Amino acid sequence: MVTPENDINACAGAVSTAVCLCGIRLDNPVIPASGTFGYGYEFAELYDINELGSFSFKGTTAEPRFGNPTPRIAECPAGMLNAVGLQNPGARAVKEVELPRLAQVFHKPVMANVSGFSVDDYVSTVSLLDDEPQIGWFEVNISCPNVHGGGMSFGTSGAAAAEVIAAVRKVTCKPVLAKLSPNVTDVAEIARACEEAGADGISLINTLLGMRIDLKRRRPVLANTTGGLSGPAVLPVALRMVYQVAQAVRVPVVGMGGVSSARDVLEMMMCGATAVEVGAANLVDPYASLKIVRDLPAALTELGVNDITDIIGAALRR
Amino acid sequence: MKQVVFEITDNRPIADSVYLLSLSGDTSAVAAPGQFVNLRLDGFYLRRPLSVFDCSEGRLRLIYKVVGQGTAALSRTSPGTMLDVLTGLGNGYDLSAAGPAPLLIGGGAGVPPLYWLCRELVRRSAEPFVVLGFNSAGDVFCEREFRELCGGRVTVCTVDGSYGLKGFVTDHLPSGYSYFYTCGPEPMLRAVSRATVTSGELSFEERMGCGFGACMGCSCRTLTGNKRICREGPVLKKEEILW
Repeated sequence: MVTPENDINACAGAVSTAVCLCGIRLDNPVIPASGTFGYGYEFAELYDINELGSFSFKGTTAEPRFGNPTPRIAECPAGMLNAVGLQNPGARAVKEVELPRLAQVFHKPVMANVSGFSVDDYVSTVSLLDDEPQIGWFEVNISCPNVHGGGMSFGTSGAAAAEVIAAVRKVTCKPVLAKLSPNVTDVAEIARACEEAGADGISLINTLLGMRIDLKRRRPVLANTTGGLSGPAVLPVALRMVYQVAQAVRVPVVGMGGVSSARDVLEMMMCGATAVEVGAANLVDPYASLKIVRDLPAALTELGVNDITDIIGAALRR
Repeated sequence: MKQVVFEITDNRPIADSVYLLSLSGDTSAVAAPGQFVNLRLDGFYLRRPLSVFDCSEGRLRLIYKVVGQGTAALSRTSPGTMLDVLTGLGNGYDLSAAGPAPLLIGGGAGVPPLYWLCRELVRRSAEPFVVLGFNSAGDVFCEREFRELCGGRVTVCTVDGSYGLKGFVTDHLPSGYSYFYTCGPEPMLRAVSRATVTSGELSFEERMGCGFGACMGCSCRTLTGNKRICREGPVLKKEEILW
């Protein structure tokens, strides 16, 4: 006979995986990262994406973009390089086509990842999308390594990062997260500049700049020469940077970089992350984020943790 | 798309650096000739996309050329090994456009997807012409399989003339075909597109991240908008291609 004492599902159900990110409740901290989950419906064809905490949609710019020439993808041990270059249909099409389509399959707040080539670009994209009820947070990408004259150039200087965040802050009442680049000397300084400019949270890390060579052609594999490294190879770098930023700011931190398992999620959270994004893993296994969500309760139980919020920042405490 | 664990039942060389891989498992998501599957290999982060050579219920056959470390590792994988495979990827060829005498043009590693297509066309009472091109005699494969389906309507050519007719596939196109289907290296596709006198479909290759439309790694521009080779492709219509 199944009683509450011996029903393993009831025991698993007793573990709380819910977190609160900038005033919005997430059933669990797992958020597929921008650029690995499209606008959701490729994955909605495979499973109920409402099991996820949320997801961050494909980096969106004011105008449609084709992105970089191909090849855009290269492989390396324990990871990959991409130089997609922010291909997206533009903010207008996201508003009129992608979000109405998403609303049919996803019934939770979505994270809107926005990018630009000038402060005005960011402002116009956020202004256009601000009244979309499904958008819970803006994740302002000031860290794309694959575009020229924008993207990462905003995220590698505290002053430029602050300028973008302050400008976006003025045109939305929704929580604004600054998505930071790891390709900097002092990530904590950039994070503090964003917090002072009004960011409600910090997400990191974007990809690490890298390259590979095609021996036969004696040329870079990527048409863009360089690309962003992601996958398990970057997890230790990401953990270190989340740990540094979590100590430097008071706002919540969303950790990402090489996360592929429930265990990785818990490491990120112990380093100070309130929520955790899963990126490249979705490309290798389309069910990766779902598996992580389902593995979390048991991983917590194994640690003797009943409430996932108890471990946020655990590694920061002395 | 469906994620399936297949068992390798056979994995043998059929030409220089070219292998025939036979798998058993759930093929229910493999819907059309010209589609591809994406294999996960131990020790490699990204999957390897391979076109479908032949498919029947519970049985999937792939032909691949060893071109890098991943395919080299695959060539050393023994029967009995289980493989994590994403199946039913891409659009595949449109068989309804074939007409009575479609022309199938394959180049090198681009030959495999045309075999299942050919079989399906013959089953639908079409009488295909087949032109297969290879670099050299040691690269030739699948001639017998195509001859069993189409007999004397099959032409094999090699660039160096060491087997069959000498020259490129475009030097040996027949006349009187109703439509064309092709797969091969991009310079060949370009030449085929110029040399053919009817409408047709071309299957493209690109480095892929995911293979199912999430990463935008394999995008291309067409006259009908941006397309993902893995999702809206790999088969594109001749009229929509921007060369």
